[in-house]
Amino acid sequence: MSSRLGPAARAAFTVLLAWLVLYPILIVLTEAAHADAFAAFASRPGEWAALWASIWIALASVALAACVGVPLAFLFEWVEFPGRKTLGSLIALPAVLPPLVGVIAFLFLYGESGFVARAVRALFGLERAPWRLQGAGAILLVHGYSMYVYFYLFTRAGLAKLDASLVEAAQALGAGRWETLSRVTLPLLRPALAGAALLVFMTALGSFSAPYVFGGGFRVMTTQIVATKLNGELPVAMVETVALALVAVAGFAVLRRTAGDDPLTALGKGTAPRRRPIRRAGLRAVATAAGWLFAALLLLPHLTLALVSLVPYGSWTTEALPPVLSLVNYQRLFGEPERLRPLGNSVWMAAASTAGAVVLALAAGALVGRDGRRPWRFRGPIEGLVALPWALPGTVFAVAFATAFSVHSPPTLRWVLVGTVALLPLAYLVRSLPITGRAVLAGYRQLDPALAEAAASLGAGRWATFRRVTLPLLSPALAAGASLAFVAALGDFVTSIVLYTYDNRPIAIEIMSSLRLNELGVAAAFGVILMVVSALVLGLGARR
Amino acid sequence: MTGFVTLAAVRKQWSHTVSIGPIALEIPRGEILALLGPSGSGKTTSLRLIAGFETPDAGRIVIGGEDVTTLPPARRRCGMVFQHYALFPHLDVRENVAFGLGGLDREARDRKVAESLELVDLAGFERRKPHELSGGQQQRVALARALAPEPRVLLLDEPLSNLDPALRERTRRELRALIKRVGITTVFVTHEQEEAFDVGDRVAVLNQGRLEHVGTPDDLYERPATLFVATFVGRANVLRGPTARALIAGGGGGGVGAADGQVLVVRPERLRFAGAGVAGVVKERRYTGAAAFYQVETERGERLEVQAGPDAARVGDRVHLEAARVMTFPEQRE
Repeated sequence: MSSRLGPAARAAFTVLLAWLVLYPILIVLTEAAHADAFAAFASRPGEWAALWASIWIALASVALAACVGVPLAFLFEWVEFPGRKTLGSLIALPAVLPPLVGVIAFLFLYGESGFVARAVRALFGLERAPWRLQGAGAILLVHGYSMYVYFYLFTRAGLAKLDASLVEAAQALGAGRWETLSRVTLPLLRPALAGAALLVFMTALGSFSAPYVFGGGFRVMTTQIVATKLNGELPVAMVETVALALVAVAGFAVLRRTAGDDPLTALGKGTAPRRRPIRRAGLRAVATAAGWLFAALLLLPHLTLALVSLVPYGSWTTEALPPVLSLVNYQRLFGEPERLRPLGNSVWMAAASTAGAVVLALAAGALVGRDGRRPWRFRGPIEGLVALPWALPGTVFAVAFATAFSVHSPPTLRWVLVGTVALLPLAYLVRSLPITGRAVLAGYRQLDPALAEAAASLGAGRWATFRRVTLPLLSPALAAGASLAFVAALGDFVTSIVLYTYDNRPIAIEIMSSLRLNELGVAAAFGVILMVVSALVLGLGARR
Repeated sequence: MTGFVTLAAVRKQWSHTVSIGPIALEIPRGEILALLGPSGSGKTTSLRLIAGFETPDAGRIVIGGEDVTTLPPARRRCGMVFQHYALFPHLDVRENVAFGLGGLDREARDRKVAESLELVDLAGFERRKPHELSGGQQQRVALARALAPEPRVLLLDEPLSNLDPALRERTRRELRALIKRVGITTVFVTHEQEEAFDVGDRVAVLNQGRLEHVGTPDDLYERPATLFVATFVGRANVLRGPTARALIAGGGGGGVGAADGQVLVVRPERLRFAGAGVAGVVKERRYTGAAAFYQVETERGERLEVQAGPDAARVGDRVHLEAARVMTFPEQRE
């Protein structure tokens, strides 16, 4: 049926996607191609330091996240203990919450005036805070803390897929516990681990909230770009953006190659290994304690956020625990319409951008995803363009959008959108495209082409087939993708800080300005709202 | 013979080497035609051409006097049962069957659904989802769904291939009885000869995109048009050269000369052990109850399969073979 839509529609759609996704990047490339800008970039040691910092922070984050996530996955997948199920899904939560929420939660817990620092001060009677949470160490800590989830989830999925008979075969051939682990289990998990490593690397490379809040004088490329742009050195900012983009693409290519084909899928489905209830009481207690401890440690920041949101302004000075708890912050938020505006802004922009990303993803699916029988032209370009925003850090896109849409030149398809409320949701949309696109394209791929043919043979036209067969079958994938996209846009900070205007300032910007005004309770209350709305939307999206 | 469904010089080219046709086929009203052939012979493509999922590069397709060559599938009024049934997984049985009944009002639609399910003996299954049904039940829902809108032609793509063998044989007979009861013109695709013979009024044998022979099962078996049909339909011994000549000389040829370049085909049941004829040794015996199949190796090393009584010979016996009836074909050059 796609055949009658004709190549013209595919070509037009490819052009539209290219304009949205690729064109702004190309404009940044041309603007960066100035000798002076490049010389300025090359001659400043700070630039190279920031670039190097981005790279090593990303790599170290991968190592740290693996150290936390992989053992945790083994613990929760292989050992049976009370509370395993609930805790197991709870500790996956930070992955889907906006990074900024995690960052401020961390600040409230481990920061100079956070709970832990206060407790230590009170315990030892110290004059000043025992530490300053700043610099590379702090950034790494936050990264490891929030990105272990990728390793945790990927490893668990890999372990669940693992055929128990492979492990048993190794044991029957005389391999001991460790030998089985190192020679069978871990090699089979390689694709899962490589997938998680890729995800952590890209996330850490593009991470902005943590370096922005905790970096201090320590700059990584994302914060460097925003600072340079604020200083008005636009050409240098372009060079920086290109440099970051190149690192991202290189990292993407290298890690993608490492992942290789998944040997587990090639072997087909096996029976998952049974969970081993530990028989020895002592060990069992240790495992249970470890599980609960990990979970408590990992969820503590988010609980802290809830607690701080109940602290009225100025009521908490030197005490170890806040003396007064009340709902006054929430009352102020919901009582004063002007204070609530960022919430409204974020909701409408997230809704609009998600709707747009869903429509584009459906169009892409309808144009290239249907018929597995023959290769369509434009399939590669369309799939590539949909995925591209994922391979580039958010800062790169933000700068590209700010550059591309600051000029009025309709013949080159450029209009002034900077300073209008439309630019930020448009950027959200492009950033959401890989999420919704991947969900929809995967959904289309699983769709049996015979179903559409069956509908046609029963007299259903193109639109009726889409409405009555394709859409209902895609709806679970669509709901999951849309809810993830909505939550990502709702809590976005990276793109927003470059592109927001006063009229559409989103929640993340409001949280940062509350922090600057030392209104910790208000910032935390916004954080909690963000968390609750995100969790609700995700729950809704995952519902079957 | 006037066709209700007519394929006139239909051709479809996939690539330089893969093509179908030209196919000319006339299917009279109410006939069940089986499209038989090995995989890749173009039988499913022929079915999809009739359904409208593929458009021919040349030729015309006519259904009930209407040229449908350029008509999209939705307007051809062909009911189709897919190989894996393609039941809509998000709809229950009732909704699946009602899918093609958009034009009717609610009451008429409900009545039609009930009728169709009654027809395939699935009344009471309205609320089940496809995954809650057995393979045989799914197949019958697919059939009910295809028949409900009262199509002009029923098309079936390997409708029995997903059933287990024990069920298949019974379903074959039920399927034929049901189609005959409805009286609809039917084309169905299969790669199994037995299935084609059991269900079809006539069988069309396809090979490498070409129509080799269209005829009744008897016709196909006794008077195959080509060497391919002779060997694809039923068991056959294929012989060339001196052994072939010797068999014909033994009287089975009825005066047919075996010129060079001729190929001889003999069915196992047309060979018999005799006092004189082609000499050989029994190498294997396979017992099937009423009869046995004997593998006889001739002095030239050819192997012949003979169907005879269970006690006609033993392994190791030296025997002579005679043919009751042979078929000859010109040697085909690929």
